[in-house]
This record gives sequence, C-alpha cells and structure tokens, in this order.
Amino acid sequence: MMSSVFKHEFDAVIVGSGGSGLYVALEASRVPGNRTAVISKLLPIRSHTGAAQGGIGAALGNVEEDKPQWHAFDTVKGGDYLVDQKSAAILAEDAVQAVYDLENRGLPFSRTEDGRIDQRRFGGHTRNFGEAPIKRSCYAADRTGHMILQTLYQQCIKNEVSFFDEFHLVDVLLDGRKCMGIVAVELATGAIHVFSAKAVLVATGGFGRMYRTTSNAYANTGDGPAVLARRGVPLEDMEFFQFHPTGIRGMGILITEGLRGEGGILRNGNGERFMEQYAPTLLDLAPRDMIARAIMTEIRSGRGVLGDPARDDYVYLDATHLGRDILQKKLPDITDFCRTYLSLDPAEKPIPVQPTAHYAMGGIPTDLDGRVIANAKGNMYEGLYAAGECACVSVHGANRLGTNSLVDLIVFGRRAGRHMAEFVKNTDTKVVSADASEIAGDILNRMRRKRNDGDTEKIRTSMKTVMMNAVGIYRHGDKMSEAVKQLQSLRRQAAQIGVGDESRAYNTGLLELLELQNLLDLAFVTAASAENRKESRGAHAREDFPSLDDEAYLNHTLAWLDDDSVHFAAKSVDLSIWKPKPREY
Amino acid sequence: MNIILRILRYNPQTDNASQFQDFSVTVEPTDRILDVLMLIKRNLDSTLSFRKSCAHGVCGSDSMIINGLERLACKTLVHDVAGEENAVVTVEPLKSLPVQRDLMVDYGKFFEAYRQVKPFLTPARQVERAENIQTPAERSRIDDPTKCILCASCHSACPVVADKNVDFIGPAALVQAARFVFDSRDQGLKPRLDVLDQPNGAWSCKSHFKCTRVCPRGIKVTKNINLTKREIKTFKEKTNKDT
Repeated sequence: MMSSVFKHEFDAVIVGSGGSGLYVALEASRVPGNRTAVISKLLPIRSHTGAAQGGIGAALGNVEEDKPQWHAFDTVKGGDYLVDQKSAAILAEDAVQAVYDLENRGLPFSRTEDGRIDQRRFGGHTRNFGEAPIKRSCYAADRTGHMILQTLYQQCIKNEVSFFDEFHLVDVLLDGRKCMGIVAVELATGAIHVFSAKAVLVATGGFGRMYRTTSNAYANTGDGPAVLARRGVPLEDMEFFQFHPTGIRGMGILITEGLRGEGGILRNGNGERFMEQYAPTLLDLAPRDMIARAIMTEIRSGRGVLGDPARDDYVYLDATHLGRDILQKKLPDITDFCRTYLSLDPAEKPIPVQPTAHYAMGGIPTDLDGRVIANAKGNMYEGLYAAGECACVSVHGANRLGTNSLVDLIVFGRRAGRHMAEFVKNTDTKVVSADASEIAGDILNRMRRKRNDGDTEKIRTSMKTVMMNAVGIYRHGDKMSEAVKQLQSLRRQAAQIGVGDESRAYNTGLLELLELQNLLDLAFVTAASAENRKESRGAHAREDFPSLDDEAYLNHTLAWLDDDSVHFAAKSVDLSIWKPKPREY
Repeated sequence: MNIILRILRYNPQTDNASQFQDFSVTVEPTDRILDVLMLIKRNLDSTLSFRKSCAHGVCGSDSMIINGLERLACKTLVHDVAGEENAVVTVEPLKSLPVQRDLMVDYGKFFEAYRQVKPFLTPARQVERAENIQTPAERSRIDDPTKCILCASCHSACPVVADKNVDFIGPAALVQAARFVFDSRDQGLKPRLDVLDQPNGAWSCKSHFKCTRVCPRGIKVTKNINLTKREIKTFKEKTNKDT
C-alpha cells in the first residue's frame, strides 16, 4: 500500500520546539519573507526546557561584582578543560545581553529589592577564578525554564511562526554534505510529510531516557542526533553524560542545585556534611560531577542512609535550616514536588536524594554559528544546523556547570538563528525527490503491521540497565566492552520488532518504537565512545584509568555510527586562553 | 496492591463510541497514575493512547479526568485515588475538547482561545542593554498566573464552557491575559480589552470555582478572572470620566 505523502517547501525548518528551537525560530522569522517552520513531536510548551529550575548564569553583577571572563573561566575549568575556550568566552559575554533580551521580552525574573534581576549562587560558579561562590544565576523562583519556554513561545506567536505540532522526525535528507530537507510522520494521521528546506536546524534536546534513573522527560530520546548519526554525521564527546547529584530517590525527579545555592547541605547517613572532605572551598556548590562521585563514594563506603551499598542507597539533602519562608518564596515547586511524591515537608525533614542521569555534554558537532561539522579537519555541512542539548559547540566539555544549559540554548540558539536567516536569503530553493519519503513510508507501514510480541519492553529495560550499570558515574573497561556487545545485540533485536497496531491515527506505539531505536543507537555510540577514552576526565570516571591523560586524550572525540560498529577520530580542543591544570575546588 | 484501572477507550478508525475497559494491575501505592498507564501500555496493551512527557507535573501533557476530577496523571499517586485493595480508578479524557483517541483530546480550540488574548508582552516602554525595573511587589502581582502550564484542566472543568457558552474563551486564556494585564512592564488591559470585555470574554465567567479547584498548579483561577473584571470596570469608568 502506498502511503499518502504531503509535501511542504520552506526556507528554514527547525526540528524541536524547546528553548533553542524557539529562539532560532524567533531569529529566523525576524527576516521579512523568510518562510520558517517549527516541527515538534510534542504540543506547544510541553518541551523539557520547561523543567529547568534553578536559573540562567550571566555576569550581570546585580548583587555582587562579576565579570564575563570569570564566568568563562569557571565554564572551562568546570568542563575539565575539554571546553573550546573561545566558545566559552562567547557564551559568557553574550549571556548578559541574552538575559536582558529575555527580560525585555517579558520573562518574569525574580527581583532584587531595587527592582533588578535577582541572582543566586550555583555550583562551580565563582568569584575571581575560584576564590568563592558567586551570585550569578538569574532566576524566576525555581521555574526558570518554564518561564523561558513560555516567553519564547509567546514571542513566536507574536511573530506568527508556523508550527507543525506532533510531527515526529523520521529522516534528514542529505545530498553529500548538502542538506535538502526532512521527512516526518504526522501523529494525527500517520501520514508522511516531506519538508524541502534551504536550511534545517536540529534542536531535539537530550536523550537521558537511555538510563534507568533520569531527570529527563519521556520525550528526551535524541531523535535528531540519532537520525543524523545514521546518515553518517559524526557525534562529538558522547562519552560525557552528566549525572545530577540530587534527584529524588528512586524517581530521578530533579531537586535544583539552586536549593544548595540558597544554602542547602548534603549529609550522609551519619548526618555529616561530607562535601567538606571533597571540595573544601566550594563545598556543596562544587561542580556536579564531583558531587555525584562524592555521593557514590559515601554510599560505597557504607555511609549512605541505609548503610548498605548493596541496596539502592541514598543520602540526604538538608534544607530544614532555610526556613519555610525561603522555601516557599524561592523554591516553591521543589517544596511541591516533595509534598506530592514523598509526602514530605522540606522545611521539616531532609530530602532523600540519589544522582540521576541528567544532561548530554556531547552531541552534534557545530561551529560557533550552529553549523554542523563533518570531520576533524573542520569541513562543514551546508544548510545543516544544530543547537541546544543535542548539539556540541563545545561549551560544556567533560562536565557542564549548572545554569549553562539555558545559557547555551539562548546564546547559541540566537547565533544559529541569525546565521541561518542570512544563509537562506542567499540560497536557492531546494526540491527533494519523493523517493526518500516512500522508503520511510514503507518502513513505517511494515513496522505497524508486524506483530509486537512483547519484546519491546524487555529491550528497553535491558538498555537502561546496561547503561546505568556500565556507563554511569563510575566506569570500567571490562564492563563497557560487554555493554557495547549487549547494546549491539539489542539494536539488532529492536530492528526486527513491530508495533502490532495498524491504526494510522495517533499510533503512539509506533512513535515509542521509533524513539527506542533512536535511544539504542545513541546508547551504542555513548558506550563505545566511553570505552574508547582511556582516562578519567569530568563526568567520565574510569576505575581502570583513574587519572587525567592530557597527552593522549586532551581532545574531543568524533564518533561515527557504522552499521555494527563505531569508528573514531580526535578533534583538537581550543586552549587559546587558559592553560589546563588539575581541578581543585 | 491491586487496583482496577477503568479507562475510557476510543479508536476513531474502529469504534463508533467510547467504552470503558478494565485493566487489573499490581502497583505500589506511591506509583503515579502515569506509571500505571505506562505499565499497561508497555506490558498489556500497546495501543492504549495518551500524552506524556516530563512526568513530574510541569509540562501539562497528561491532564485527564481521574475519578471524576481533572488531574495530571503524573501528579496523582495511586494512594491519592485508590483507598483499598481492588479499588476501581476511572480514567477519562478531558471534557469540552474533542477526543482524538483514548485519552488524547484535540487542543486546537483551546490554543486558539489562548492566542486571542495576545499572550505576549506588549511593552509599556523600551529599554536598551538593561532590564526593565520591576519591584518585588510588582513582580508578585503576576506570580500566580505565570505558573500556568496550559494543561486545560480548568477548561475541562468549567461548567460555562461545557454547557452555557461553548464560545467562552475559557479560564486558561483569562489566566494568561491576567498574567500580562497585571504586569507592570506591559501596556496591560488596553491592547486586550476588545477580547476580554466581551460576552465570550471575562464576563462569561460566573465564578463557579471549578477551575480553581482542579488547577494542578494551584493557581487561583477565579480570583485572577475577578481581578480582571474589576480592572475592566475601573478602566472603563476612568475612560468615561476622561471623555
């Protein structure tokens, strides 16, 4: 049976309607005559940017002296020197105006007494190159991401951006290194849509759903990078996956670092403030990778709350001394989460927490304008862009600092949007042939028809367990090479299964299977990249190679997904401003 | 514990009408209803259709009617709605919006109403390379409506939308309007008066408080609407005096 195919022609197509996708759309739609479309598998404002809590870092200096270069340095050091330093400098410099832009567009930031944007402390952000924590995070209570997403969507409505809601990306069409458009399936009808475009920007967000315990939304399945990897585009630094130290025990729901920024303290089973042992200057506001490892070390030494590393042990995040007023005023959602999911009042009892898979530092390699990089020599794709968590520019290196994800998507979303708007002005219309859509349509039809014998859930559970156990906070070569093999086998199994539901309208089972296949491909690349890096750096902590090895590994990993294997190349790091040195906090 | 999840099912391609289907499942009292739905979808019936994303009450995807009340499935725990062993928990799609499949509804009309109120800042003044100054007191005036996640729970619960005036723009659109009307940085009521000061605008609300009761974000929806009504009155009195 032939699938019904719908064709569209645009200048710019943006895949994903989170913070970066919407910011790009805003910039691209500002050029008169530019036909811009945003495609998202979700309804408006459902994207996971909305879950970001604590704030957006920018050296406004509203409450104490601050400078963009301090922010840039913290970013580089926080990323264990795997950050491209010029990118970090731009991140920190542009952050200031980006925050003003958001405020001017209506973002309701929390305020200081004199009516300016209020700022609070956050992990790894310091005064004067590491002296002490600094108040740099601009926030709107503990709903900063929600406010960013709302504000950007509001502005897109104002600018009359076209949205294709609930369209799921199936393929990106490349002719050599030239991007021609995308193929998507419409959830409402099951129809295949082909979008010809002069430029495509991928902003599909994270892929934390490959892990058992995660703060990520169900939707965070890495559709963009997975589709591109299958099309031969390399992925950068995939081995670096951040575990946020404080997820609600057993659920993974995030308790913002902002809580520690307001004075919250981590305590082990004996009630001790254990961060004194690990980061004597920054204490509970050390970078996330260090705190996550410290928690694991406490648990492994029998100092968790249960005192038994064999069980799913945890530690406490203590906010009882902050008082109900501060909690209600500055951390209302966190207070609500604790009440809803733990039947606990954080003003009275400490919160049980465990590290939770949170953020991909790696992703689609891009230059400073969001253009996708094809190889270590720096050749570029034409008309193909990426921004946000799925991209790697790289400002997060081996470990991202808190607040910098929001800074990244605003700063580099804006740059990519501007570049793309200029690019499409000077580019001829592209028209893609129908072949690609027919192939995609046939594959989807086969998937719908084929019986679902119940293996999908088994495959999904295996993937999450393998990733959690072998490619989590602590890693070992033996376990990882076993994990790579297992993931390879899971990928093969997943390619064979069907949905067992021939309905075309709202076939969410089909969507879930496509998402699982995407996660498996990215998990495979992540595990292989982690096995390939034989040192410990930032969030990548290997028990068999516990030290930094700058000589061999102070460079980015580029990884290509082949059918059944992954091959690598080293890409150099920009070290033009600060000389690498061991991290101490 | 064991519970019966009684779900209202509908597949537009095969069904003439919606009907309930029971699923008997073993769950933990602290599981979210969303966890239970996922358990069913991933182990018992992959065709069961509903929306979901963040799974902790901030994205608004999984609003539905659970035991007769609009709630987010990810913010409702089993023990909130199932008191004893083998308790029956009914799950239905939101009201007043067309059902697409099972628990999924068409939000088209809902977002159209949202767009009508000009839900974006219409700046009262322009600033360059700086923030607008807004005092904490001014900021706190809009704190409540900024919490809205557009889940449409209030829209579904509103008796006016359901029976009396289907063209009423609804409580969510009015909350979004209030968010800007009371923002000290915005031109406020003026650019939105033509939508709000209408029979289908703020005046349709008859203060049933059903919206306020179900809002998963705890927004005082009715209060926001009443403040807007008062603002309209004051605005018109002032305009009449001036002319």
